[in-house]
Amino acid sequence: MSKIFLENMELPFCKGCGHSLIANNIDLALQKNNYSLLDVIIVTDIGCHGIVDKCFRTHTFHGLHGRSVALASGVSAGLSNPEKKIIALIGDGGATIGMQHIIDAAHNNFDMTVIVHNNMLYGMTGGQPSEFTPPGFNTTINDQSPKHKVYDVCQIASSAGASFVSRVIASNDFSDLLATAFSRKGFSLVEVMEICPSYGVKANPGMKLKNVVADAGLELKTFTDNNSESFETVYKKDTASLIDNQKEIQAVYKSSITRPVKMVISGSAGEGVQTSAELFARAAIASGLNVTKKGNYPVTVGVGFSSSDIIISPDEIFYTGTSDVDVIIVTSQEGLDYSSSSIKNLKGGTIICDSSLSLPETSSKIIKHDFRNKISGKGASLYSLFYYVNYSKIFPIEALIESFKGEKYSSKIDISKLLEF
Amino acid sequence: MEQEKKIIFTDNSRITVEALVQSGADIFIGYPITPANLLYSYASVRFPVFMAAPDEITTLQWMSGFSAVGKIPVTATSFPGFALMIESINMAYMMELPMIIILVQRLGPATGTATTGAQGDLALLNGMISGGMTLPVFNFYNSFDYWALTAKAVEFSVMHRTPVVILTSKEEMMTKLSLDVARLKNISKIERNYYEKSETYVPYRAEKNLVPPFLPLGNKMHQVRITSSTHNQRGIIQNSTAEALNNSKRLHYKNVRNIADFSFYDFDDEPGSTTLLVSYGVTALAAKEAVINLRASGEKVSLLIAQTLLPVPQIYYDICSRYSKIVIAEENLTGQYRQILFGGGSRTGISGVNDFGSMINPNSIIKEVLRHV
Ligand SMILES: Cc1ncc(C[n+]2csc(CCOP(=O)(O)OP(=O)(O)O)c2C)c(N)n1
Ligand code: SF4
Ligand SMILES: [Mg+2]
Repeated sequence: MSKIFLENMELPFCKGCGHSLIANNIDLALQKNNYSLLDVIIVTDIGCHGIVDKCFRTHTFHGLHGRSVALASGVSAGLSNPEKKIIALIGDGGATIGMQHIIDAAHNNFDMTVIVHNNMLYGMTGGQPSEFTPPGFNTTINDQSPKHKVYDVCQIASSAGASFVSRVIASNDFSDLLATAFSRKGFSLVEVMEICPSYGVKANPGMKLKNVVADAGLELKTFTDNNSESFETVYKKDTASLIDNQKEIQAVYKSSITRPVKMVISGSAGEGVQTSAELFARAAIASGLNVTKKGNYPVTVGVGFSSSDIIISPDEIFYTGTSDVDVIIVTSQEGLDYSSSSIKNLKGGTIICDSSLSLPETSSKIIKHDFRNKISGKGASLYSLFYYVNYSKIFPIEALIESFKGEKYSSKIDISKLLEF
Repeated sequence: MEQEKKIIFTDNSRITVEALVQSGADIFIGYPITPANLLYSYASVRFPVFMAAPDEITTLQWMSGFSAVGKIPVTATSFPGFALMIESINMAYMMELPMIIILVQRLGPATGTATTGAQGDLALLNGMISGGMTLPVFNFYNSFDYWALTAKAVEFSVMHRTPVVILTSKEEMMTKLSLDVARLKNISKIERNYYEKSETYVPYRAEKNLVPPFLPLGNKMHQVRITSSTHNQRGIIQNSTAEALNNSKRLHYKNVRNIADFSFYDFDDEPGSTTLLVSYGVTALAAKEAVINLRASGEKVSLLIAQTLLPVPQIYYDICSRYSKIVIAEENLTGQYRQILFGGGSRTGISGVNDFGSMINPNSIIKEVLRHV
């Protein structure tokens, strides 16, 4: 057969390089499957095999070392079109650095074929060993002959969920196997065992590829053939606007504050600090104020302290830091540990804390209340904010009650308890 | 008449994701990392396509695949993830693939503190494209700009075929705030033009604006060759022919030349002032507050808030040249934007307000502005 998918030019590889056999067989196999030129996208890697893309008359996509399979996965998912044939070429070196992408593409069953050009070394960089170099196979790095079994990419891809996986030794015509791989739905992979004359042959004079493959324990067979359904990219239509679906808060109350109030509420994780702070924030907005709110907690959010910085202001808020706070509310020992330095630094302001806590030396006004005992640890933050609003009159307590009633969990809490001061 | 208000309690992650989708971005691919997780979770419900990648290298590779077939992909990450993406962003830059990468800064080095904000990654972005070429970087600072200018960032990326970074930080993306969403102006979906002629498509032959027309991989009209190695106009790998080198250089000039129409900044010029305060991102808010307070006490100071950070718009230099004292406030140890604008070493009249591990307070800015007025 004459070339159709390949340009009529010499292939760019050294004389006798196995990569030439693969390029020619790709052309033959594509012809057998009757693809049209522009339905084929060849994605190439960095490595000797990767310089072949200029020889293909199809679409070509040439990326980074080890990433061609991931790049091709993106093309495949992006097109999500079974009429297109996406072929990723990769070397044993690329498959070493990018094995994750092969596992992942097989796992997702992206519609594509991967051809692993396994010449058992890094050809392009001078014949160094890869994870596919078998023990006893010499490379240009003499004392690095591998001691361990090679990566078996066929077994790996099979167990990851590929549709079709096969290993073959490069020869003049193995196009039927490639044609079969191309025809399968989903992820197919063919590992082609071949030789790099420039480094592999030189370092292993007289060796026979067949023997090397056999000694490495690599079976020449089809490992998987199940033609399973391939990945399909789902386009969600008309997803709801993230803004339109947000609850509007109408300013039906009025606050009498004339300057910003900066506060910090600190307690323990799992005791509703953040949800209470949000509820408070909504009440402030309902009172016509501008609000910012931040959460601070350790990276593992379920343990230790939980703290929230809140600013409420009649004017636009710019800087959202709370280094100069007016009020610190502390509802648990963990909250106190977290905020003790802010308490020491507090000048002037007010500290509202649970009666059980002993505060560090401070010149600020201290108000103690039995939040934890009167309601529970879990309700202490919420209760403390009710207490604070009642005490400070920064905005009408009705705003807070209304905000509370809007919460799903409000039926579980007896509101009259929150209003006992 | 005053417009009806609609106040919601929200955050800029939500605003940004909505703006991205409305402007036409259709694919979100991500790998979770604090403080970018809000973007990730909003995107999962709002984007037409959401894909959870197994790592950040894969994220960028998938995005490049999607971009090459005509989609507009987005991701959001923080330094540790971003570091893994760098080679692939270089690839997308070389291939001229539109995409948006949101970099939510947190405290480094390395994994640092995931839940503490920072402005520590700008110097990295400035030198990130091998060859020192420039990658467009925007950093907005208030919700209205996160809305309107995010759409502009998408437009820049698609029109000029380049990855774009939206730089931001933990405080900007995670702070909840009251917002009048009735003030958000309509965003229109970007319209893309593809190459339509019947003559052979030459994938890297640029037009007057230095941008080559786009055609997706897989189209039935013309062969498309996309490559990240040094290449000629046809997308064929070349070592260093003049044509290929010119093509690579064009990538830099393309962004430098076209940024003029996308130079976003707020310049609050106080007549008679000799001091200019410069800031961006989260620190711009402290700078704004500092300026309000300074003026309230009778001081004269002007304020430049940069939103297009890179390539540095020429206008910033023009503005700076009018002042004898320039104070640049940013939340990093070494004054990264200061060094980008004015070089390393000290220079009379140029100083910084810097901090590491905590937000810059308006008072520290005020102190520096007043130091030798
Ligand atoms: C990230 C990265 N690391 C290293 C290299 C250098 N490099 C180029 S090709 C190659 C190995 C190629 O070996 P293989 O994939 O087996 O292809 P072959 O040359 O044998 O066909 C390496 C390590 C690179 N390009 N990128
Ligand atoms: S160096 Fe080896 S792998 Fe590379 S082209 Fe030559 S023979 Fe082939
Ligand atoms: Mg190899």
